[in-house]
Amino acid sequence: MTFATMLEQMSTGMLRTVGIFVLTLIFSMPLGMLVAFARMSKNRIIKNIARIYISVLRGTPLMLQLLVVYFAPFYIWGANIGGYRFAAVIIGFALNYAAYFAEIYRGGIESIPKGQYEAAAVLGYTKSQTFMRIVLPQVAKNIMPAVTNEVITLVKDTSLAFTLAYQEVFTIGKQIAAAQTSFMPFVIAGVFYYIANAVVAFVMEIFEKKMNYYR
Amino acid sequence: MKILEINNCKKQFGDLEVLKDISLSVEQGQVISIIGPSGSGKSTLLRCATLLETMDGGDLIYLGQYAAKDDGNGTAVYASDQELKQIRMNFGLVFQNFNLFPHYSVLKNIMEAPVLVQKRDKAEVKAEAMELLRKMGLEDKADAYPYQLSGGQQQRVSIARALAMKPNILFFDEPTSALDPELTGEILKVIRDLAAEKMTMVIVTHEMAFARDVSDHIIFMDGGVIVEQGDPQQIINDPKEERTKAFLSRF
Repeated sequence: MTFATMLEQMSTGMLRTVGIFVLTLIFSMPLGMLVAFARMSKNRIIKNIARIYISVLRGTPLMLQLLVVYFAPFYIWGANIGGYRFAAVIIGFALNYAAYFAEIYRGGIESIPKGQYEAAAVLGYTKSQTFMRIVLPQVAKNIMPAVTNEVITLVKDTSLAFTLAYQEVFTIGKQIAAAQTSFMPFVIAGVFYYIANAVVAFVMEIFEKKMNYYR
Repeated sequence: MKILEINNCKKQFGDLEVLKDISLSVEQGQVISIIGPSGSGKSTLLRCATLLETMDGGDLIYLGQYAAKDDGNGTAVYASDQELKQIRMNFGLVFQNFNLFPHYSVLKNIMEAPVLVQKRDKAEVKAEAMELLRKMGLEDKADAYPYQLSGGQQQRVSIARALAMKPNILFFDEPTSALDPELTGEILKVIRDLAAEKMTMVIVTHEMAFARDVSDHIIFMDGGVIVEQGDPQQIINDPKEERTKAFLSRF
């Protein structure tokens, strides 16, 4: 196999990797907000469900969670999981990352001083206006470094999709390496991940700078 | 005309009785100062009046409209959210720690609530906001962010923010306590100017000389009750109650 063919096959895999990355963010970031609200709820039942959710998803390996999400429908209901592979990858990642994002959001929201809510209340802001206009923009700024960390980890974690034999860049790289007894696919994969994270870091820095107009 | 009336206000935090049967009324144009030691309940009273805390018992009335009404058994029953929203437009509050919105420019801090909450015309609100900033000597700070201002400037912005809502009464909760002595004077001057314009105000303060000079009426609180109240000169210079004397002897 020529280097060019190798590169071409792995590029196809890299596109799938980017797909996992983007879809995971799209689903896990809003879901994390929901979990964060549940975790901060005054209702004890809702709060404890969120607490257990976060505890389990942070306390067990992501690899195990992916296997459970993929195979559970078969073992529990005997469902046909033939075309379910990609969906399982996204569901697994989104559920896991939502737990981490939830805790980041919660930390950010709880760091906003009570005085901000009180000032808004006296000025007649409704609860949702207070949250959307006063609290959320400040939370976004505060949590930026933590979110950047999480997003960079996600780029690398996408390689865990090999657990479900999903043909992303790492899975393909491993197959080529085994078939060709070549070390080169690992080098290519490493470079791909590194470039992806350089882009992520660059974009996040732009966001951070954009929010740097106040302290 | 009575702007504010509080009757038999009671407030408890757990087992701690913070306010025991407090009554006060504020006429239009009146300036009332509330003095007293820390923990005497003066800030809690202000927070009850501004609906940041709910009273356990008593009446809270703005311009004849009940925000809370005692049901006769010592329980305060609050008006509907809709009514409270309307009642809130009667008052403004200036906090000890300013509580400006750090992500908004000075101008946006002042303009957003009148435009968003009161649905007033943006151009008109902007003109008024600039006028308020001129009055506060901050016309060149309209585009600055709060972190770029001194404490005294931040407090003047927060006073402008409260005034932009055109309140009938303005509350101050220790407006100079977070400022160093050099900056205290500029805030006191702003409040003096407002008093000269007959703005109705209730001021919780530790500045005794200021309270004496600016107010029409002084209330001395301790242990959740009004110990003594009356003419500012008399309270500050010649208090009748032993507790008031002991407190004022430290100044």
